[in-house]
Amino acid sequence: MIPAAFDYVRASSAEEALAALTEHGDEAKLLAGGQSLLPLMKLRLAVPSVVVDLTGVSDLSYVRDDGDDLAVGALTRHHDVATSDVVRREAPMLAHAAGLVGDPQVRHRGTIGGSVAHADPSADLPTALLGLGASYVIRGSGGERSVSADEFSTGFLETVLEPDEMLVEVRVPKASAWGYEKFTRRAIDWATVAVAAARRADGSVAVALANMGPTVLRATSVEQALASGTGATEAAAVADEGTEPGSDVTASAEYRRHLARVLTARALEQLGS
Amino acid sequence: MSILGTRVLRVEDPKFLTTGGVYVDDLRDPRLAGAAYVTYVRSVVAHAKVTVDTSGALEAPGVLAVLTMEDVRDVEPPPLALPYLPPAMRRPWLADGVVRYVGEPVAAIVTESRYDGEDAAELVGVDYEPLPVVVDPHASATNEVLLFPEAPSNTALAFELGEPEGLLDDCEVVVRQQVLNQRVAPVPLEVRGSACVWTDDGRLLFWGSTQSPHGARDTLAKALSLEPDRVHFIAPDVGGGFGAKFDVSVEDMLLAVLAKRLGRPMRWTESRTENLLSMGHGRAQIQTVAIGGRRDGTIEAYSLHVLQDAGAYPHFGAVLPIMTQTMATGVYAIEKVAVRTNSVVTNTSSVVAYRGAGRPEATAAIERMVDMFAAEIGMDPAEVRRKNLLPPDAFPVTTPAGAVYDSGEYEKALQAVLDAAGYDSLRAEQQRRRDAGDRTALGIGLSTYVEITAGPEAGQEFARINVRPDGSAVVYTGTSPHGQGHATSFAMLASDELGIPVERIEVVHGDTDLVARGGGTGGSRSLQLGGAAVHQGAIEAVDKARELAADLFEASAADITLDKTRGGFHVAGSPDEVRSWAEVATSADAEHGLIVDTDFKAKGATFPFGAHLAVVEVDVDTGKATLVRMVTVDDAGPVINPVIVEGQRHGGIAQGASQALFEEVRYDEDGNPQTTNLADYAFPSAAELPDFELVEMATPSPLNPLGVKGIGEAGTIGATPAVQNAVVDALAHLGVRHVDMPTTSERIWRAINDAKKGSDR
Amino acid sequence: MKVSVKVNGEQREVDVEPRRLLVHLLRDDLGLTATNIGCDTTSCGACTVLVNGESVKSCTMLAASAEGLDVTTLEGLAASGEWHPVQEAFRDKHGLQCGFCTPGMVMAAVSLLRENPKPSADDVRSGLEGNLCRCTGYHNIVAAVLQASAAPGQAT
Repeated sequence: MIPAAFDYVRASSAEEALAALTEHGDEAKLLAGGQSLLPLMKLRLAVPSVVVDLTGVSDLSYVRDDGDDLAVGALTRHHDVATSDVVRREAPMLAHAAGLVGDPQVRHRGTIGGSVAHADPSADLPTALLGLGASYVIRGSGGERSVSADEFSTGFLETVLEPDEMLVEVRVPKASAWGYEKFTRRAIDWATVAVAAARRADGSVAVALANMGPTVLRATSVEQALASGTGATEAAAVADEGTEPGSDVTASAEYRRHLARVLTARALEQLGS
Repeated sequence: MSILGTRVLRVEDPKFLTTGGVYVDDLRDPRLAGAAYVTYVRSVVAHAKVTVDTSGALEAPGVLAVLTMEDVRDVEPPPLALPYLPPAMRRPWLADGVVRYVGEPVAAIVTESRYDGEDAAELVGVDYEPLPVVVDPHASATNEVLLFPEAPSNTALAFELGEPEGLLDDCEVVVRQQVLNQRVAPVPLEVRGSACVWTDDGRLLFWGSTQSPHGARDTLAKALSLEPDRVHFIAPDVGGGFGAKFDVSVEDMLLAVLAKRLGRPMRWTESRTENLLSMGHGRAQIQTVAIGGRRDGTIEAYSLHVLQDAGAYPHFGAVLPIMTQTMATGVYAIEKVAVRTNSVVTNTSSVVAYRGAGRPEATAAIERMVDMFAAEIGMDPAEVRRKNLLPPDAFPVTTPAGAVYDSGEYEKALQAVLDAAGYDSLRAEQQRRRDAGDRTALGIGLSTYVEITAGPEAGQEFARINVRPDGSAVVYTGTSPHGQGHATSFAMLASDELGIPVERIEVVHGDTDLVARGGGTGGSRSLQLGGAAVHQGAIEAVDKARELAADLFEASAADITLDKTRGGFHVAGSPDEVRSWAEVATSADAEHGLIVDTDFKAKGATFPFGAHLAVVEVDVDTGKATLVRMVTVDDAGPVINPVIVEGQRHGGIAQGASQALFEEVRYDEDGNPQTTNLADYAFPSAAELPDFELVEMATPSPLNPLGVKGIGEAGTIGATPAVQNAVVDALAHLGVRHVDMPTTSERIWRAINDAKKGSDR
Repeated sequence: MKVSVKVNGEQREVDVEPRRLLVHLLRDDLGLTATNIGCDTTSCGACTVLVNGESVKSCTMLAASAEGLDVTTLEGLAASGEWHPVQEAFRDKHGLQCGFCTPGMVMAAVSLLRENPKPSADDVRSGLEGNLCRCTGYHNIVAAVLQASAAPGQAT
């Protein structure tokens, strides 16, 4: 299968990419690593008329220790995130989740920014980043803005990104206590359900859920229960409250709810008290 | 010392590991220069009247032609997949006003390039006027909606054996269950593809990804109203078939029509999506089963009803139930048996042969029922099996289904896997976990099986042995491997008789101009028929060579001996003077050497058997089952090359286990396929499977001189029920009696919940 | 558009449509047909090649994105004439049957061993999660990669 024809712009910097976006608007699609976009284009589920290729942009691939946060360039590949000493030390859940994306080949091409901007609710990195309380640095013709992971995704494969904006950096608060549980049929699969739990700097516990609705979600009922002193097992029992999981060939909504509860209990157990 | 039974590495591999195989899409043959590409436009609706508008596509760049059924109505319709299927259910070249499954070709586009074809396909307008959709075979069997109004019913074929009425009346214990043998996709890694050209002499040269080039040639010739010798069919390297490529499909054959019409070579390679939509699927039986016997563990009666989903246009799938019927009672001595089968059409992709083809379904049914019977009477499933197995002194055995089992050591096979697996300690570990309330339950599953290979009728196969004037040899075989390593095994067989080293023996297959006749590779027939033919041909070649050598020595042929270590002939008692194979072959014909053609005719089908033991762990909180061990005996008689036989076993075990755990082709109630790519269809990777523990056993067959039986399908037959039984066994203490395949985590979770509710009531 | 890419050590310049996939550039433009196509969804790994030394699915990369990069296919693995230990081990352990997944499987294994020269059996199994084989049941593929990992100089 072959993508429909498109015009191609090769960007060598973020500025060139932004210029192309400004010119072509929502006709254009950014190709970061292409590991989600190209399969959709081959199936002709995505038919952009302009593709702006970012794979040659080298200055957005980095991991920096920035005090309380890590700064990760949007074009840092999953493989590099998963194997980065800094990430493994300061935000181990992020390294772990990056190592679970797709397969080694996908991790050699796919990027953190591409995954976040694609906003698939079953993806590992957006889930882990939501749990960690990351924020996303967005650059547009008018300058930069920062959006929290909580506010980034607005619907299934939809985000706050304007047509002339691009994600340039992911800022990840350091966190050493974490639990991540991904449930799949096969190792290569997207999560049937995944749960990311992290202890934040203020001592609170955040819990994020993958594939329990059109976007990645916070398990707010669990967080509130934990905050009010409820035990982990009991708190996990409300993990599916307020979620709207779908049914598909992999799992029914009802089973997803069950998985969310079981996996949340396990993630909280990993996290420790 | 004989080379047979030794671990000879495959002669095929250096090419595959350096430049890669040459599959149809890899062909760069000059005769295909200037080939146009064919793209099929496929129905997106399961059952509808269709009208097709090709005008938009005709104007697209690179488009040479767009054809619908109207354009090929003058061509005889393609032949039925099997001669005894109902003619009213014949598949047309392209949808003839009605589509009957999602994926059915409605138009063929011919373009200059591949890329043009996919673009143009989007411009073909298809108007669908929906008709009632029949997806459930039960609904089809009511005949309320007829898929083919000219046919009297939706039944394509039906078979019966014995009398089910009252069969179980005298049994002390009767267990009944509906067992689903779900629809699965064959998924050879190479999809379907073909290429063809009409050559200057008016013949058709056709390359196809098939398991059976001679059969494909004959089908193609019939479709085109040609004599078979007007078609030159070549199977290049074939990237797996698993039964689903045991012929040539309508989409392949239409290329010949298009090539003639446009006067150009044609190429076609489907996408994986098309492959999953339209190559056909396997299994797809709903089985209603009853088993009866005594509390002491004796099984007395067995009743099986098979509702076979044949898909939209009946193919091999419609006839699979006869194999299921033949093997219904498996390895057991059961006196009273009744089978009823009904193959019905539905608005889904056709069901075709898939590794095992009718036999895994028989084994799955009875092995599941034996376990349920054991559970019902509270006896260990190994013990119930042992009690009912056919004993070794009973062979040959004629079963109630009319099969004649040639040889078997069933109890020995069972005991071998129990010993190798450490059955007693596994049971102890299972109990320990249960007592401790461990949330990771251990399940141990058994199957004991027998299957039929190279059947149902006694088969035959062709071989030519050509010892060339330089003393090297060429073996021509009518089998057609696609991964099975015939070039190695058959060279070993020839070498063993000829005394010519394997490195100097070439094996030719897959070309109908080079090989006179052949039955291809399928039904686990190749070694016992094709290999036996090579063996027989080599013996005949040696006999002929001894006569030629006798002339050279001016001695009697009876006094001539072949010294296999030296690869030459001498007079008995005078080993110093030797005439080499080169000299003898040259004396036969200085240009071509010595040539012997032979046809091996088997005395009957053979019946390989074995026992599988699966160990699974089930996370009872999520329901996820993980296969952790797989111990098997697969006895197909003496082994020619252990490397290849082990490979066949491994592959089959993986496919069998995968059916039990992961794979299922699904349609929604409107006939929309839900598993149209390998992201949705759960084909497992190495990460989902364990190593396999193989136990050796070799009981010869009396029916061919090598004593061999087929090994290709053993794994899918033995492994599937062993793994399914292991999953159910893991949950037995929770009150679960049965879980249908695939035993997905959700199914297991539901089974646990249902059992809990049942015990609460 | 023109794409300049080094393939198996040789600099190649090819004129392609922007939408051309790397796998089609290799197979159809350069005639390197060892690399196969087995699916549409980045699932099967039959098209795996090395890009700058790392495994990549060439059906999920635009040819245009390969500009200036270094691509190695199965044909280039034994360019020196000497087989790579992974090739040797696949033969020794009968890690292939029909051969269709083999080029991708071998390249994935080469990449895996570069990143993890002494993997456990589980590492090999999870490291090959992106490559499907229907023939071997993976048993002998895993054995082959483990054998290759023990070979001297395998990481080159």
